[in-house]
Amino acid sequence: MFDRDLCESKTIPHAHSRITAMISFENVAKRYPNGREALAGVTFQIEPGEFVFLTGRSGAGKSSVLKLIALLERPSRGTVTVAGQNTGKIKAGRIPAFRRAIGVVFQDHKLLLDRPIYDNVALPLVVAGTPLKEVDRRVRAALDQVGLLGRERSSPLELSVGEQQRVGIARAVISKPRLLIADEPTGNLDPGLAVEVMRVFKRFQEVGVTVIIASHDPHLVEQFGQREIVLDAGRIVSDSYRESHAARMTATAPRVADLPNIDLRT
Amino acid sequence: MSGLGSYGTRHLQALFGALGRLARTPLASLLTLIVIGVALALPAGLALVVDNLRAATGDLGTAVDFTVHFKAGTPIERVQQIAASGRARPGIASITVTTAAQALEEFKQASGFGDALTALEDNPLPHHIVVRPSPSASGPTEVESLRRYFSAFPEVDIVQLDLDWVRRLHSLLDVLRRILWVVMSVLGLGVLAVIGNTIRLEILNRRPEIEVTKLVGGSNAFVRRPFLYTGIFYGLGGSLLAGLIVVGAMAYLDQAVGELSAQYGGHFRMSGLGPRGLGILAATGAALGWMGALISTGRHLRRIEPRA
Repeated sequence: MFDRDLCESKTIPHAHSRITAMISFENVAKRYPNGREALAGVTFQIEPGEFVFLTGRSGAGKSSVLKLIALLERPSRGTVTVAGQNTGKIKAGRIPAFRRAIGVVFQDHKLLLDRPIYDNVALPLVVAGTPLKEVDRRVRAALDQVGLLGRERSSPLELSVGEQQRVGIARAVISKPRLLIADEPTGNLDPGLAVEVMRVFKRFQEVGVTVIIASHDPHLVEQFGQREIVLDAGRIVSDSYRESHAARMTATAPRVADLPNIDLRT
Repeated sequence: MSGLGSYGTRHLQALFGALGRLARTPLASLLTLIVIGVALALPAGLALVVDNLRAATGDLGTAVDFTVHFKAGTPIERVQQIAASGRARPGIASITVTTAAQALEEFKQASGFGDALTALEDNPLPHHIVVRPSPSASGPTEVESLRRYFSAFPEVDIVQLDLDWVRRLHSLLDVLRRILWVVMSVLGLGVLAVIGNTIRLEILNRRPEIEVTKLVGGSNAFVRRPFLYTGIFYGLGGSLLAGLIVVGAMAYLDQAVGELSAQYGGHFRMSGLGPRGLGILAATGAALGWMGALISTGRHLRRIEPRA
């Protein structure tokens, strides 16, 4: 049974009570200091509870989209709105709290190899000053969800690449985010493991979490049959969003406005 | 969970984390502590030597005592009156009145001419007062002002004061104070540099951890906190080591100094840092450690992505 507790999000702050889009990009461009233009006027919206693939070749701009969502980068032009919050207006001091509200899974896992799995998964809660008892309960719940309960004291080095990625997912969901983003989470996995990892993401989406995954694996995307935004040279070349899909999402997924609010100061 | 409780939890985690990291690298931590300890022991020892020199030469404030001699025939009541008015002035620690009879008695005792002096029909010595300026008014200017004050009384014959000696004394003290400040400043900077560099190396070693912590929402303050505690622990540990070095050195010197003093008929013993001195040393060390860590983290954490 999937633990809804991990998904009863109270995380992403929003400024308005009536919001239909979890993510909104309005004519967003991103040019890096080295002059490379990663995004050139991208516009799209993602509704709460959607499962979206960002696809495209290497350098198409997928990672830049995710970085802009997680406020790891700021747009050079345009507006990025996450849960009703214009990220361009979030002050530097508030960025860590904003980031804590989003679950991020990295292609290279970004695990601390000198720390046991428990410490890796607990890190977002430790950063937030969560009481140790609560940390313990939620770490076990998160590890249970990704099938690694009982491996808390193992080193990440003792795990397979797929297991390491599942630790990364457990860390990303432990703060009960309403938004989960993943940058090529299956990039280093064989097809079997990739499907297994994607199913973990799908289970989170089924309980209301918005999931955005950057992937360059067309077979995987096809297999899961979700909305796909295709990028090329920093522009959207196709978006499989359909009216029927929108209607279905609106009917089944919780809206941001229906979820509990959170104070950025937490 | 209350914000205060959460804040306290984060501080405790940072504090114990910093202690744990120091304990996991005992040799490196000890070497750093020794460097800081020696750097702090030098100015602390010098300050203590200056204090002991002051004690050994007597209260240097007494060196600027001066004597006011009154004209023969001045009534002792008038002398007492002038002494009382002097005591009411700021900058005077004490005034001692010596009558002519007391002065003669003292002279008899000191000179060894006791019997011969009894042959004198009149006491040739005048009444006099000994004025001791307060330590804050022992400078040449203040003492000169006091001299002019007493000289202005018509009953006063002469004010005996060696201002050159006062000036020399103050110059000497000034040189000592300046040396102390230079040594303290240079070695204080040295401690800052040592702690700053140690923290810099630790930041480099822990770069992946810092990066991941920031990615999952750790603020710069959260990342900086354990390094600040590490700096404070280095400063505190170094100052305690410095205290031990100074106390040990003083204990070693005390016997030899005592023997030297005894040969001159004195009973001088070296005084150590004491609880107040140790407290000041510990506070200084902790403050330097905190500052060194703050400067180092301010410079180096900014360079690690994500910056905010």
